[in-house]
Amino acid sequence: MPPSLTVIVDSFPYLIQGAFFTAGIVVCAMLFGLLLGVCIAVGIVYGPWPVRFVLNLYLWIFRGVPVLVLLFLFYFGLFTYLGLNFSAFVSVAIVLGLTTAAYQANIFKGAMLSLPIGQFRAASSLGMSDVQAIKSIVLPQILRISIPAWSNEYSIILKDSALAFVIGAPEIMARTQFVASRTYQHLPLYITAGIIYFVLTWIGVRLLFKLEKRVRIPGYSDNGANS
Amino acid sequence: MTEAKFILEVDTLNKSYGDNTILKGVSLTLEEGEIKVLIGPSGGGKSTLLQCINCLVAPDSGTISMHGKEINLKNKKDLYQLRQRVGMIFQEFNLFDHLTALDNVTIALRKVRRMDKGAANKRAMFELEQVGLGDKIELYPAQLSGGQKQRVAIARALAMDPEVLLLDEPTSALDPELVGEVISVIKALAAKGMTMIMATHQISLIAGLARNVLFMENGIIQEQGSPKELLGAGKKTRTQGFCDRLSDLDGEGS
Ligand SMILES: Nc1ncnc2c1ncn2[C@@H]1O[C@H](COP(=O)(O)OP(=O)(O)O)[C@@H](O)[C@H]1O
Ligand SMILES: [Mg+2]
Repeated sequence: MPPSLTVIVDSFPYLIQGAFFTAGIVVCAMLFGLLLGVCIAVGIVYGPWPVRFVLNLYLWIFRGVPVLVLLFLFYFGLFTYLGLNFSAFVSVAIVLGLTTAAYQANIFKGAMLSLPIGQFRAASSLGMSDVQAIKSIVLPQILRISIPAWSNEYSIILKDSALAFVIGAPEIMARTQFVASRTYQHLPLYITAGIIYFVLTWIGVRLLFKLEKRVRIPGYSDNGANS
Repeated sequence: MTEAKFILEVDTLNKSYGDNTILKGVSLTLEEGEIKVLIGPSGGGKSTLLQCINCLVAPDSGTISMHGKEINLKNKKDLYQLRQRVGMIFQEFNLFDHLTALDNVTIALRKVRRMDKGAANKRAMFELEQVGLGDKIELYPAQLSGGQKQRVAIARALAMDPEVLLLDEPTSALDPELVGEVISVIKALAAKGMTMIMATHQISLIAGLARNVLFMENGIIQEQGSPKELLGAGKKTRTQGFCDRLSDLDGEGS
């Protein structure tokens, strides 16, 4: 077996552990971003102007500053300043979560604005409160519409998570670099890392596509595009 | 007070969008079992008036009373209460796209009335059967025709036991061959004594059902009276002129 293959075989379990670490971060960040993003979108679409102002500011900041800068700012700056001793995993999950929340909020906001206002009116006309109408009528629909864009966001955040290696988080990239610096087998190792990212992306996108199909509202045209 | 006499009183409603005044001091009263029909040119403020009556659009000023009791429009609880008592049918149906016909009807029963699922389903089944859709309950809005959608919307409103029903051009968005099925549902409601205010251009509904016709233009009720008074032979009212033009447009003479 050529040395390049031996390195990959030997280090594969070690790299796969990194894949689990990466997947863990991304799942946490995406779910955190989902929760926060929905709240932000609701606030921006239905809230009074001071709320809208603050939330829009949030969107501008988190979309306007590179993730790497945010990571340093939070990990070395804010968390330390506040005396919070977060692990690398938690820190990265928080920063990626806050970032993706901004992008997800925009996805949800767009979906909300595309929903015919009449349905909200109809809900109100039946005596539903605004909160009930948002929970029972708006969210179930906009979350469905948002799945393709959300899937896109997943694939972006997955790859952004590689930045976590700069604060020493033991994810795919950090582990690959560690092995490469010892064995000098850069080419095969980074190809392997690339393949692992590719597979993680593929799995996530496939699962979300399945979900999209499963929750599709009957009667709406199934354009059947296979992603 | 006028307690028993009027179910609904609307007094001097005003509504503007910016410089554009839509409603100019509109007042009306509604007795139990009465059917008022609202007609007039497009843009005259009919939809705005109907939406102001249950505060889907907040009026700038004016009062709304039910059974002689003024509703505090600033209080959300009172508002939600008012809307439960005043049902609304929209021109474009506004069904909840993600719910089956059955759940379109049950959702408010469950969320607003806090009925359990079994009771809500039973009530919804009853209402859907009343509008002739007992066999369509599992279908989603996208799987229904326009006429069926509007009938689901009517069942949905009726399930809340409204005291008054507001209908905003309930047949205007329908293909001509589907108008009949919705009209017969509305006529059946009228026969049962439902109190209604309906904006419509459907001559058969105006002449056949209305106790009172309100002709609305430029945000003002310009004329009102019984169909006979406004539309009787030889009357030279503006309402008459308007209806003549409608009949001309209908062409084939419906
Ligand atoms: N949300 C709104 N913002 C601004 N103008 C509006 C709005 N809704 C209705 N209008 C205006 O109010 C006028 C009356 O509309 P409407 O009540 O729909 O009349 P109708 O139902 O009699 O056709 C129209 O000129 C319309 O452009
Ligand atoms: Mg209208």
